Amino acid sequence: MGEIFEQLMTYLEFPFVRYAFIVGILVSICASLLGVTLVLKRFSYIGDGLSHVAFGAMAVAAIAGLTNKMIIAMPVTIIVAILILKTKQNKMSGDSLIAMISVGALALGYLLMNIFPSSSNISADVCTSLFGSTLILTLSKTEVWICLALSILILVLFVVFYNKIFAITFDENFATATGTKTGIYNLTIAIIIAIVVVLAMNLVGSLLISALVIFPALSSMRVFNNFKSVTISSMIVSVVCAVVGLIASIIWSTPVGPTIVVVDIIIFFIFFAAGLIKRKAVQ
Amino acid sequence: MTELICKNLSIGYDNSIVVDNLSFEVNSGDYLAIVGENGVGKSTLIKTILGLIKPMSGEIEFSNGLKRTDIGYLPQQTNIQKDFPASVLEVVLSGNVSKMGFRPFYNNEEKEKARKCLEKMELRDIEKKSYRDLSGGQQQRVLLARALCATEKILLLDEPVSSLDPKGTIDMYSIIRELNSAGTTIIMISHDLNSAIKDANKVLHIGHNIFFGEKNEYLNSEIGKRFIGMEI
Repeated sequence: MGEIFEQLMTYLEFPFVRYAFIVGILVSICASLLGVTLVLKRFSYIGDGLSHVAFGAMAVAAIAGLTNKMIIAMPVTIIVAILILKTKQNKMSGDSLIAMISVGALALGYLLMNIFPSSSNISADVCTSLFGSTLILTLSKTEVWICLALSILILVLFVVFYNKIFAITFDENFATATGTKTGIYNLTIAIIIAIVVVLAMNLVGSLLISALVIFPALSSMRVFNNFKSVTISSMIVSVVCAVVGLIASIIWSTPVGPTIVVVDIIIFFIFFAAGLIKRKAVQ
Repeated sequence: MTELICKNLSIGYDNSIVVDNLSFEVNSGDYLAIVGENGVGKSTLIKTILGLIKPMSGEIEFSNGLKRTDIGYLPQQTNIQKDFPASVLEVVLSGNVSKMGFRPFYNNEEKEKARKCLEKMELRDIEKKSYRDLSGGQQQRVLLARALCATEKILLLDEPVSSLDPKGTIDMYSIIRELNSAGTTIIMISHDLNSAIKDANKVLHIGHNIFFGEKNEYLNSEIGKRFIGMEI
């Protein structure tokens, strides 16, 4: 145990490892906050769809030779997020639309990367952006600052709009009917989701973002009975999973993203069992 | 005093008209029952009045100083709510949201109001319980308490008893009756024709033929007799 601890301390002396932890914690907090709303609104898949859009946008940015790929990825993802939430009320159902955009963007991104290769090893590039294997360990100081600023923005927005987000998630029709400007809040939610997705790409890669968004919420919903405790619990679960996952991936040199997700899955089963026991105890 | 006027209203979805040329008025203190067969557009009408669907043509006017934020609404339960982790108190408090503007948190007045609404619906003992663990009747009372938290002026109810057992149904109707005698205007859709009409003072029948008027007129009218005969 002491040996592992020592090993960890050595690693933490490297700035890029510290950056990875900072970004990991921030992103997992933001993703989990949104997760509760998305899961409850039956929008679990939006994270997945948007992450593929972000992947496509990143591919375009790479071809254009941009060093900061967020300049393209962020606005594109935000626009698509708004479009998806807007068309929800229209004829095309949300899930088929998301599936379409998701697959389309993924295919287009990979195709573009192949036609205009920006480096000699495309499959490694693709693998990295899909699974985030080493991305998080290559963060620059600027990226950490951007991440910090955006995370604070998301946290503030979430706290300020908390009661409205609850009302809209629980019953959007009631909120609209009684005069709440649901449009503004839905727009805010869409923008926050898009930001979280682009940020989370650095942590777990685009294939696994959904996991970061939905697992903590789903786990917490097994055990807790009100919105506030579910939200707080998701946040804690998410941070714990990210930290444990990061440490495990450093110690056993496993890819970061999948390791975090595996920890999330384990926690889900623990909470699932706890929920069953709790319900039995109540009866 | 008139609170709501609908003039030559045509309603429907996606360019297909469900109900055409509908005119009626609701006065403050009225108890209006909206009846008609399944699929004739009763819910569509309620949603149009609430502003969730745009009317195809015609006008909806609120008068007597009534604003959109003065409307309480008891919707049909949605799928989302069945496993929603929210405490009774959280749900009832959320009735205040429309009046908050951009203020982020509930003030004391709003918390007090939520408490009163909980008391009125006899929910104080279970305010910490989760909405998803309640019986159908309790859930309806929670949603009604939320609506009352939003306003006590006018209440629109979309099939308030459809998911309730006989006892829950009787309780629900008596709660609505009490609210009405305390001055709340009631507009209610119901399938359960006899009980629905019993407490109402006005009836709006929509469908192939349209009727709007006092309850007694309706009971003696050709359309009313035929519809009620069909029910029994």
